[in-house]
Amino acid sequence: MRDGAHVVKIELYVNREGRSVVARPADTLLHILREELGLTGAKPGCNNGDCGACTVVMDGWPMKSCIMLAVEAAGRQVTTIEGLRDTPIQRAFAEKWAFQCGYCTPGFIMNCHALIQNRPDATDEIITDWLQSNICRCTGYKEISEAVKSVLVTGKDTL
Amino acid sequence: MSHMDHLEVVGKSILKKESPDKATGRAKYTGDYTESGLLHAAMVTSSYAHANILNIDTSAAWQVKGVRTILTGEDSHVLTGEEIRDRPIIAKDRVRFFGETVAVVVADTEAAAKQAAYSMIVQYEPLQVVNSPTQAIRKGAPLVHPNLGQYKAADGVNPIPGTNVASLIKIRKGQMEKGWSDSEVVIENTVSFAPSDHAAMETRSAVAEIRPDGHIVIETSSQAPFAVKKYMGLYFNIEPGWIIVKTPFVGGGYGGKAAIQLEPIAYLASKAVGGRKVKIINTREEDMVTSPGHIGLEARVKLGSTSKGEITAAEIIYWFDGGAYNDKSSDVARAAAADCTGPYAINNLYCDCMTIYTNHPYASAYRGYGHAELTFAIERAMDALAEKLGMDPLELRTMNIVTPGDTSPTRNMLNSSNLGDLRECMRRLRNLSGWDEWKVKQVDANKVRSKGISCGWKNSSMDPNASSGAIVSFNPDGSLNLECGVVEIGTGTKTVLAQILAERMKLDPSQIHVKFTIDTAITPEHWKTVASRGTFMGGRAVLKAADDAIRQLLDIAGCVLRVDPEDLEVGWGKVFVRSDPAVHVDFKDICYGYTYPNGNSIGGQIIGRGHYIQRQMTYLNPETGEVGPEWNVSAQAVEIELDISDYNYKILKAISVIDAGKVLNPKGAEGQVMGAMSMGLSFGNRETFIFNDQGIVLNPTLRDYPLIRYGENPEYIVKFIENPCLEAPFGARALGEHGLIGMPAALASALSRAAGVHLNHLPLFPERIWRTKMRVPYDTV
Repeated sequence: MRDGAHVVKIELYVNREGRSVVARPADTLLHILREELGLTGAKPGCNNGDCGACTVVMDGWPMKSCIMLAVEAAGRQVTTIEGLRDTPIQRAFAEKWAFQCGYCTPGFIMNCHALIQNRPDATDEIITDWLQSNICRCTGYKEISEAVKSVLVTGKDTL
Repeated sequence: MSHMDHLEVVGKSILKKESPDKATGRAKYTGDYTESGLLHAAMVTSSYAHANILNIDTSAAWQVKGVRTILTGEDSHVLTGEEIRDRPIIAKDRVRFFGETVAVVVADTEAAAKQAAYSMIVQYEPLQVVNSPTQAIRKGAPLVHPNLGQYKAADGVNPIPGTNVASLIKIRKGQMEKGWSDSEVVIENTVSFAPSDHAAMETRSAVAEIRPDGHIVIETSSQAPFAVKKYMGLYFNIEPGWIIVKTPFVGGGYGGKAAIQLEPIAYLASKAVGGRKVKIINTREEDMVTSPGHIGLEARVKLGSTSKGEITAAEIIYWFDGGAYNDKSSDVARAAAADCTGPYAINNLYCDCMTIYTNHPYASAYRGYGHAELTFAIERAMDALAEKLGMDPLELRTMNIVTPGDTSPTRNMLNSSNLGDLRECMRRLRNLSGWDEWKVKQVDANKVRSKGISCGWKNSSMDPNASSGAIVSFNPDGSLNLECGVVEIGTGTKTVLAQILAERMKLDPSQIHVKFTIDTAITPEHWKTVASRGTFMGGRAVLKAADDAIRQLLDIAGCVLRVDPEDLEVGWGKVFVRSDPAVHVDFKDICYGYTYPNGNSIGGQIIGRGHYIQRQMTYLNPETGEVGPEWNVSAQAVEIELDISDYNYKILKAISVIDAGKVLNPKGAEGQVMGAMSMGLSFGNRETFIFNDQGIVLNPTLRDYPLIRYGENPEYIVKFIENPCLEAPFGARALGEHGLIGMPAALASALSRAAGVHLNHLPLFPERIWRTKMRVPYDTV
């Protein structure tokens, strides 16, 4: 990279836009989204795949962007929180008070968004299975549960 | 207070003002800001808990392209610390805990800085490790700070040089001999837990630059930007006016971000590269061990009572594990000492409260500020006493709780304003938990359900001169801007302050524009966003600012309407004559001055200002006390289901009843309490640093330090009673911390009941219950 290490040019599709970036092969997708594309909605919380704050949607599925290399995302459809506009799950998070500090929120919303699209009829067990990959330290999860369930029941057709 | 009859905005669940930003990923946190030319810093941290630094070989690091500077302990001789100036910014000669900063690299990119940091070779000479308070106070224990006597200590901190005692506070009340001779039953109980972490989802970060004109600008993920300004000035001998601290949204604090730690590193780094802007972001591992965490405790509580259960004497010894540096740990201990008995009226009291140096990561403030800790010690002792007396634990507590007319451990007189109504909280808890129906029951061959309870109280410890300020300024449309120094860390306080302002101005809250980012050059100071003080102090300042603006509105409206301002009132965007509301003038026609038909104008933009300082605060005096704003109270219960075949358990239900004084925003208040309960349960159930015998933290990641995740949470029941604090805005008491305080104790109480053993050591891993039950010594942790 700028220290002279090998760099590669990657074609990414982020939020339905083609973006060319120059990255080190070791750069994570999270790093490139934030530092090169200015999409800081995805957050670093652990850079280890433990907390889910960096979750984006990749070809329709939730993906922790801190444990994926940017080069691996080439040619795939990446959606970040900035790619969502006024979706039912975003409204539900606000209306149900599903965040406090808001740092984990983009990751949670992206995970919920993918869940709603893939499993609109998700049972409690499936919701838990999906959402356990993210950590919220502020709430006690009750409001997040209410938010996602409100969309799964009533909002699945509008997404 | 006047206008209290309005209450059209206060008491409603107004959505948080920052919700649209947060639900779209647009809310910016310190680490989100970047710019070209920004330099990046990375740390080298200690791999030993206690060692001399023999040599730091930086030669390989300098070979990494893009490295601009490398700092070690030799680059600054400043010692930092709010209570005791004991901590170098970068370790010098010696490391005192695993994870301590040993060197800092500044480079063009984060990758280069990290690569250089990894290339550094540090040679250590290991020293004997102090791995617990018990070890620290043994005769002949190695000293963590041999120079303790030479450090500067703040008022009220009592270090004992030549020992590992960073501070000793003695609380004495009544006559112990009488207390013990009046007692017919005596119990003694010991508890312990190791240090742990706040684990905010946003790791701490700081950006510093020194501008050509000399201004030092620091952006930081801090709960205390004004304290950063103050202490940076103190540490580096700079007049505070030259220090500008900016704080955007903060991704969770829980007390951990009230500590000052990365800011001086970023400042030294910027200074070393000619004042260029340098950014430092903690990795998760650094955030857990290098930055300060949650205090540990060993405690022994001896209680004496009559055979009927009236407590006659208490002897309490707290040994707080403050870790390698004092930071705020002696102040956490001070807060715990002042409320050392828990919410019980005990007239004969002997308490020694010690903050102990160990070779553990050091402690800062943590939600509850010593109170979840003392409550665990006291409540486990209360259960032991109830058991020995053969009494219902709820009855024992009810019999002994503090009520107006009692005095606090430091002999402050308690009344119905400065003390929440715990009796009513307990009455409600009794019903909500179904306490009288059953306390323990067998569900099937292996599963046992049980309940545990806990009572808590907490005053807010703060500097005696802690203050808060607010500015409200009008826009030409008649709407208001609200600026105050409360940091939005997730508590929604700025929305509540907007409600308070809207209430006083009788405006729709949509007419209040809140500024979130703190800029200490212009934002009025709010001491620190800690101690559940944002609503109380900020609220009082906002009310005063509103009144100031109202007075100005009335003055100019009086002129325009040709009436005595005393005959005027404000509301709904107008100033009107009280007896004839049709005679009015709109805010928008006067809030930027009033222009007469011929062009003559009077007035100007209306800017209201207010401030608040807590009355009657004193330094802690063990005999005459420490008057805080109010002792707020909570009664809590936990219901669990234990599988006695493998000692796994589920937390089924958690209940909190808190005296809110007045609930200003119901959804916000409920969320604060549930979140605090979750944190308290996580602390009681699973959170601890795991130390090996060399003081190394074995689990400094979120993979090995498991937090409660979705679906592991219990059913929450949160209820408020409203017994107002007369000094608080609309009567609202503190509640941001109270949800946490009793959870570990209630959980231990429930599990002890189900398992039929006394569980006194946290966290309550299933293995720990099994070991206690089977009397297998706990030899690894």
